[in-house]
Amino acid sequence: MVEITSPAFKDNSTGALADVNLQKAMRHVRVNFIEKRAKAAAALPEFDDLRSSARAIKDHVLDHLDLYLEAYEAKVTERGGHVHWAANAIEARGIVLDICRKVNAKTATKGKSMITEEIGLNDFLEKNGVTPIETDLGEYIIQLRGEHPSHIIAPAVHLTMDQVREDFRKAHKHLPADRPLNEPQSLLLEARGILRDRFLKADVGITGANFLVAETGSSVIVTNEGNGDLTQILPKVHIVVASIEKIVPTLEDMSQIVRVLARSATGQEMSVYTTLSTGPRRKGDPDGPEQYHVILLDNGRSTMLGNEFRDMLRCIRCGACMNHCPVYQSVGGHAYGWVYPGPMGSVLTPALIGIEKSAHLPNASTLCGRCESVCPMQIPLPKLLRHWREREFEQHLTPASVRFGLGIWAYAAKRPALYQRMTGFTMGMLRFLSGGRGRFRWLPLAGGWTKHRDLSAPQGRTFMAQWKAKQARISK
Amino acid sequence: MKTEKKKPRVGLFVTCLVDLFRPSVGFATVELLEQAGCEVDVPFAQTCCGQPAYNSGDRKDAREIARQVIEAFEGYDYVVAPSGSCAGMLKKHYAELFADEPAFHKRAVAFSMRVHELVSFLHDVRGIKEVSASFDAKVTYHDSCSGLRELGIQNQPRQLLASVKGVTLAEMKGPDICCGFGGTFCVKYPDVSNAIVGEKTASINATGADLLLAGDLGCLMNMSGKLKREGSKVKARHIAEVLAGMTSEPAIGEG
Repeated sequence: MVEITSPAFKDNSTGALADVNLQKAMRHVRVNFIEKRAKAAAALPEFDDLRSSARAIKDHVLDHLDLYLEAYEAKVTERGGHVHWAANAIEARGIVLDICRKVNAKTATKGKSMITEEIGLNDFLEKNGVTPIETDLGEYIIQLRGEHPSHIIAPAVHLTMDQVREDFRKAHKHLPADRPLNEPQSLLLEARGILRDRFLKADVGITGANFLVAETGSSVIVTNEGNGDLTQILPKVHIVVASIEKIVPTLEDMSQIVRVLARSATGQEMSVYTTLSTGPRRKGDPDGPEQYHVILLDNGRSTMLGNEFRDMLRCIRCGACMNHCPVYQSVGGHAYGWVYPGPMGSVLTPALIGIEKSAHLPNASTLCGRCESVCPMQIPLPKLLRHWREREFEQHLTPASVRFGLGIWAYAAKRPALYQRMTGFTMGMLRFLSGGRGRFRWLPLAGGWTKHRDLSAPQGRTFMAQWKAKQARISK
Repeated sequence: MKTEKKKPRVGLFVTCLVDLFRPSVGFATVELLEQAGCEVDVPFAQTCCGQPAYNSGDRKDAREIARQVIEAFEGYDYVVAPSGSCAGMLKKHYAELFADEPAFHKRAVAFSMRVHELVSFLHDVRGIKEVSASFDAKVTYHDSCSGLRELGIQNQPRQLLASVKGVTLAEMKGPDICCGFGGTFCVKYPDVSNAIVGEKTASINATGADLLLAGDLGCLMNMSGKLKREGSKVKARHIAEVLAGMTSEPAIGEG
């Protein structure tokens, strides 16, 4: 299970800012992801219209989620698959393990999936005698290091090439010392060689799903490496773990959303593989699993459906919000302290693990709005972050010092005459204290500001005081 | 004189930072509005737009402050603020605070239609495409987040700046990227904010400009504070000062 370190966001971020490797690796996010997305969006004149239509599809689904889920279940069953309903992480893990035990599974290959991170599946399987094998290159690296993903589509984005090369040398002991591992290509070939054998030996393949199509009962994964296909085709059993909001009504709807997904995520027009799985192998099929299971996970989604965070359920996990977030760019994904980082994570995490354990996350944002401006599903992320802040304020989770300061300020702000007398005096004092230097390097109670920057001194009398004096002169 | 069209009455929302720290921006705003043919008034019953409360989750205080502002600015043809952030609050967020109070909600919506940020008001509403000011400087312009993304302010300030004699604009890399101010964010998370503003000042310094301009004093105080701490020579001013030709006051943070 991913340990929750969100309450230590401040310490996490301070550590992250001092981590030379992390800072070097995060340059990649700042440049590559953003430029590629911008190019892909600009190359498609109807991109913004597509975003609106993608949003409308998902809003429609959320309005009728019960109906579509039932329709989807019926289709999966009709195709010979099994649908399992899981209310929470514990139930979902239990169902996966049951299926594994029934076929006496020793190993399970895995396609890249954030939902299995959410339910802490790997540790759980490991403890129960089933070895999980991550097959996405990024996830494979993360697993070698005993870490968790720091980005929802680029799990190892926090690492430099040098770090990855060292990990490979440590883990792949058969490698001759002079075998070059300087290019991503050489790392990929090495991982592929190791994984090939494991694909063939795995008893169970576990994937997430980008979409579940109600019309056909298909699960859809969108990938670039092809490992997802081998994960779901080669073993006897394919288990799909997906949260309930992944439903779309039709294949046409799915293909519309796919058009904004890859463009927003990696700047590709489409991912290399868009793979549909519909039930187990049929008579005459050349390949495919003998059993096909879908675990539909709620884990807090149905609550969100009925509250102010409903818009978040439109999320298609492209990662554009975190790529464009100045906070994420600065501190990386691990600082957020749980599975989902960045703006989408700061909205989703409190809904999944509780705001009392993740109180920092909605506050650790400048609300600059760049996330919303690139979100393919037009999720109003700053507004949702603010809603969490409102809940914190209502539940008295806001730090007492902040509440106190805010209380005094608000008292004055609601009394203009008092406010103007107070500020008139204070600004005059500050001006005097600045001694004509125009700025402070340090000031009591302003340590948060002056730790890293100078504070400019007031010019002197407030605008309101000067304006009043001017009006008085005119009326004389 | 009788044939002259009646001047529109503008209520100036000064913004708390301009009121307290840099009144000269307020007077530059008045000058620009008067040049644009407006009659300017400053209602006394104003303090702050309420964002510190609103963005801290304190809806009750935000709502009371919003009510005070809406009532104070009743009767003006326009409400103008020299800040994209405060104008964005008044225009895009006030009405929603009264969602459960239909009568006042209607009033809040009508109010929001009259609210404008200064530069976009001059350009889009008053049709001002050039100013008569002159100022010798190589400047770089930062797009403040709320102005850019809530109000669509991007070309207006650049077009008006281009008309200032002596000004050349050197665009920084990523002028649309947040400076790390974020209201109370910068004091709640000083280290993260510092990392973000450090990126920003690096982009500013790389332009070779000698003056940084923006339309929001919060962002400007953050960026200029960092520039000063780093020992950079780049000065900072609110764009209204340059557009109004009122640059006799020392730049932000200068003695």
